Amino acid sequence: MTMERNPLMRLVVIGNGMAAMRTVEELLQRDGGALYSITVFGAEPHPNYNRIMLSCVLAGDKSFDETVINTREWYAQNGITLFSGDPVAAVDREAKTVTSQSGRVVAYDKLLIATGSRPLAPSIPGLGLPGVCAFRDINDVETMLEAARTKSRAVVIGGGLLGLEAAWGLKQRGMSVALVHLMPTLMERQLDVPAAQMLQKALDRRGISFFTSGQTESITGDGHVEGVQLGDGRYIPADLVVLAIGIRPNIDLAKAAGLQIGRGITVFDDMRTSDPAIFAVGECVEHRGQVFGLVAPLWDQAKVCASHLAGEATAAFASKALATSLKITGIDVFSAGALTAADPDDDEITLRDDARGIYKKVVLREGKLVGAVLYGDVTDGQWYLQLMRDKQDVSVWRERLVFGRAIAETGKPVGPDFAAMPDDTQICGCNGVSKGTICKAVREKNLTTLADVRAHTKASASCGQCTGQVEALLAFVTGGVKTAKKTICACTDQSHDEVRAAIVGKRLKTMAAVRAALGWKTPEGCQKCRPALNYYLLCAWPGEYVDDLRSRFVNERVHANIQKDGTYSVIPRMWGGVTTAAELRAIADVADKYAVPTVKVTGGQRIDLLGIKKDDLPSVWRDLNRAGMVSGHAYAKGLRTVKTCVGSEWCRFGTQDSTGLGIKLEKLCWGSWTPHKVKLAVSGCPRNCAEATIKDVGIVCVEGGFDIMIGGNGGIEVRVTDKLARVATEGEVLEITAAFLQMYREEAHYLERTAPWVARIGLEAIRRRVIDDRTERQALFDRFLYSQKFAQTDPWAERVAGSEAHEFAPLEEV
Amino acid sequence: MSTANWNKVGRLESIPVRGARRLCSLYFGRPVAVFRTGDDQIFALVDECPHKKGPLSEGIIAGDTVACPLHGMVIGLQDGVAVAPDEGAVKTVPVSVIEGEVYLHLPEPGAPG
Ligand code: SRM
Ligand SMILES: Cc1cc2nc3c(=O)[nH]c(=O)nc-3n(C[C@H](O)[C@H](O)[C@H](O)COP(=O)(O)OP(=O)(O)OC[C@H]3O[C@@H](n4cnc5c(N)ncnc54)[C@H](O)[C@@H]3O)c2cc1C
Ligand code: SF4
Ligand code: FES
Repeated sequence: MTMERNPLMRLVVIGNGMAAMRTVEELLQRDGGALYSITVFGAEPHPNYNRIMLSCVLAGDKSFDETVINTREWYAQNGITLFSGDPVAAVDREAKTVTSQSGRVVAYDKLLIATGSRPLAPSIPGLGLPGVCAFRDINDVETMLEAARTKSRAVVIGGGLLGLEAAWGLKQRGMSVALVHLMPTLMERQLDVPAAQMLQKALDRRGISFFTSGQTESITGDGHVEGVQLGDGRYIPADLVVLAIGIRPNIDLAKAAGLQIGRGITVFDDMRTSDPAIFAVGECVEHRGQVFGLVAPLWDQAKVCASHLAGEATAAFASKALATSLKITGIDVFSAGALTAADPDDDEITLRDDARGIYKKVVLREGKLVGAVLYGDVTDGQWYLQLMRDKQDVSVWRERLVFGRAIAETGKPVGPDFAAMPDDTQICGCNGVSKGTICKAVREKNLTTLADVRAHTKASASCGQCTGQVEALLAFVTGGVKTAKKTICACTDQSHDEVRAAIVGKRLKTMAAVRAALGWKTPEGCQKCRPALNYYLLCAWPGEYVDDLRSRFVNERVHANIQKDGTYSVIPRMWGGVTTAAELRAIADVADKYAVPTVKVTGGQRIDLLGIKKDDLPSVWRDLNRAGMVSGHAYAKGLRTVKTCVGSEWCRFGTQDSTGLGIKLEKLCWGSWTPHKVKLAVSGCPRNCAEATIKDVGIVCVEGGFDIMIGGNGGIEVRVTDKLARVATEGEVLEITAAFLQMYREEAHYLERTAPWVARIGLEAIRRRVIDDRTERQALFDRFLYSQKFAQTDPWAERVAGSEAHEFAPLEEV
Repeated sequence: MSTANWNKVGRLESIPVRGARRLCSLYFGRPVAVFRTGDDQIFALVDECPHKKGPLSEGIIAGDTVACPLHGMVIGLQDGVAVAPDEGAVKTVPVSVIEGEVYLHLPEPGAPG
């Protein structure tokens, strides 16, 4: 065979996208690295990335770096030559060479074409205007993000998967978004009318406006896009227009080379084109009349193609039933196969629960499942897909099928029954990973985490919708529901509570003592446990324990917030949100003197000076100190802000002096270190202009008293406060707030905000100790005051006076 | 032979234990930081995290690793390589400590990289 005569044949790959590189990965797994020297040409200037995840990059759920599949190092490690940013311009089949745009000529023995597809462009005026883009590559995403940063109105044309994900992403980025769709309902090829209507309603509620049955006539604008004109006269103003009306296989190169072409590059079951030395995979191909637009079949193509390239000549590609889902957080859509009954012999069974926002439809033909549409609850999607692929007779379950697997197979437990599930049941649709593959990898490679399973099998590594199932399966294989004990980090088998108890109980007063007494596995801990231990020791032994700056996150070490470019931001305290002309003048002077690029009012009622160079920090602080301002601890796991409203001093509704009380609270609590940051607020009446009910402690003043509210959070997961007590005097407010904070300081886990802590231990446990038991309250209050004696020194003033000076000066060559 | 020089950058004690300091001068146009571990080993790296160029010198140092302050990637100080599952690497700069003085092997300006 030729293979033996040519130990290193030359494989040239055109396209550095998902299908191409999956084929190369499959080839390497089959030891293809020993057969071929591989050269890859990519038109895009990037390493291979997960195109699917562009939607998540746009919506801000992922960074571009997180989508990179194969880094440049990977290419190097596998001996692959990558020419990125250099598209192939021509293929010479006679000479067996390719020529790139930059003039590189590379000879091949085997050629793989995987040029993907191109966005469809309608022939309408205005298409070339700046501000119009497609949604295909990272370049498009950057165009959209730039528009989102500087402009406000976006119009997306196309109400399919891509268009909807683009619209949602732009909405997430703060733009106002309109979506134009040619058909009366969205995703009409994947969803039937009721499911599409539910989807549209849900997105409408999230603020996207829809122009369905909308034929785009032209894109208007003078020098830049200004709007979209619809055929029926409707006009939508726009600063950005995204076209997502479909894709077309990218066949230009293959056509010019004289390969057989249909809608895509014609390939046979072995993924060979009409030229036996040339293979093609991905969205650029047409196989038995079918073209592709989802990754699942591409992975099968990659396997088949790789096995032929590796000389295993038996594999054949056959397309399977495919499923679509939408990657919009909180909206679950699944669709596979037929959407509706095609003829009178077909049966449609539907279930619709508008109150719960659930819709399910299955389509049956001759006792077999041929289609499924799910909205709102998609847990059974992969099961339906498998039934369709297996062409299993489901007549026995007919009337229960639509309720899902748990009910259909009555008697079996709810949730996937992994024991009974056949090994070839598909778990991950994107990557075509079956139950058997996952179980085998978990057992043979002793995998214990989701990340491991992803790394070894790729299950749940693409769109991530099957993550829950993969986790459950992992638990099933590794011995079920054993909930692993939550330790502080990998350095120890101890939990946060155990460590805290030992520090106090065994009177451990240094980090080394804690690690020795509790059998730490690493000599000096890691970046996770060191800050936690440092805090626990500081809290247990105020005045004795010496704070270890080297165990603190940079912000707390240098008393300013590091920014993405390595500069810092400085936020002076502005007690209760009140300032004076003199303070503002001092801030303005600092801004001028140090050429501060951004001065911003924060969400916490004070002023942020952003972009300060580290070397300048001590002088900035000195200038602010001189005007009487101190650190606002905007960087601290400690007291941040006390927001207030104007209250009875000025407001016609104010019942108490909320501003004054806020300042008293801030003076009492500033400087205190806590497990996570702490924010307070005081509102002068129940109109609650200081947003007190989403703060760690919020005081809402009422006629004749104060409501003390605790455990609120306005962050990632909004939690409204619980009412701890109503008291009559400011004195009680101060004492109870401090006692509550002390209990939180002593008992919560490091990096646990009050909201999850209160939810974890319950309001009653807190009320008992800080409200009902007066002696306990007093003791907590006293301990708080004692620790404040050591905490209330301005860290800025200390550094201005010369402490930690080396921190702010670079090393010089001598 | 390379044209690079060994440059003295100060005494060991000028770098905090489990700490780092950035150098004034650049290394082929990029910042360099000198790290000191808990057991007084000295390492030098280009001070740019392979992820998004975070200043590694500001990270928490534990054992012979440093955690980037921006998004927490952990880098080995010995070889500049990210600890799995993270990927990436930064350039290491040769260092030597002679009688408590720290020397860095810095190329002369304009020397090829
Ligand atoms: C500056 C500021 C934004 C602004 O320009 O207004 C801000 C900036 C940051 N916030 Fe914030 N937050 C700011 C008010 C808020 C607020 C509003 C408030 O305090 O009333 C919230 C929601 C309220 C809450 O915390 O419950 C808020 C919720 C968060 C969260 C989510 C916390 C959570 O428990 O879910 C984070 C992430 C974290 O802490 O882990 C965060 C993290 C951050 C970080 C520290 C991100 C980071 O790690 O670098 C930002 C630091 C920027 C910097 O270097 O200055 N920021 N952040 C605000 C500073 C207020 C101040 O004067 O100190
Ligand atoms: C925003 C978005 C979201 C998506 N979401 C999903 C999803 O949830 N689920 C799903 O299954 N699919 C999804 N898809 C589709 C999926 O990304 C594609 O099916 C897949 O990327 C196709 O792989 P491919 O290798 O054929 O093409 P591509 O990944 O596009 O790769 C082709 C590459 O070839 C390059 N190229 C073209 N011509 C040349 C040339 N002459 N020389 C060199 N290089 C060239 C191109 O620049 C490109 O980088 C999504 C697509 C997008 C754009
Ligand atoms: S300031 Fe807060 S909300 Fe704004 S980007 Fe930073 S963390 Fe996110
Ligand atoms: S820049 Fe270092 S982890 Fe992101």
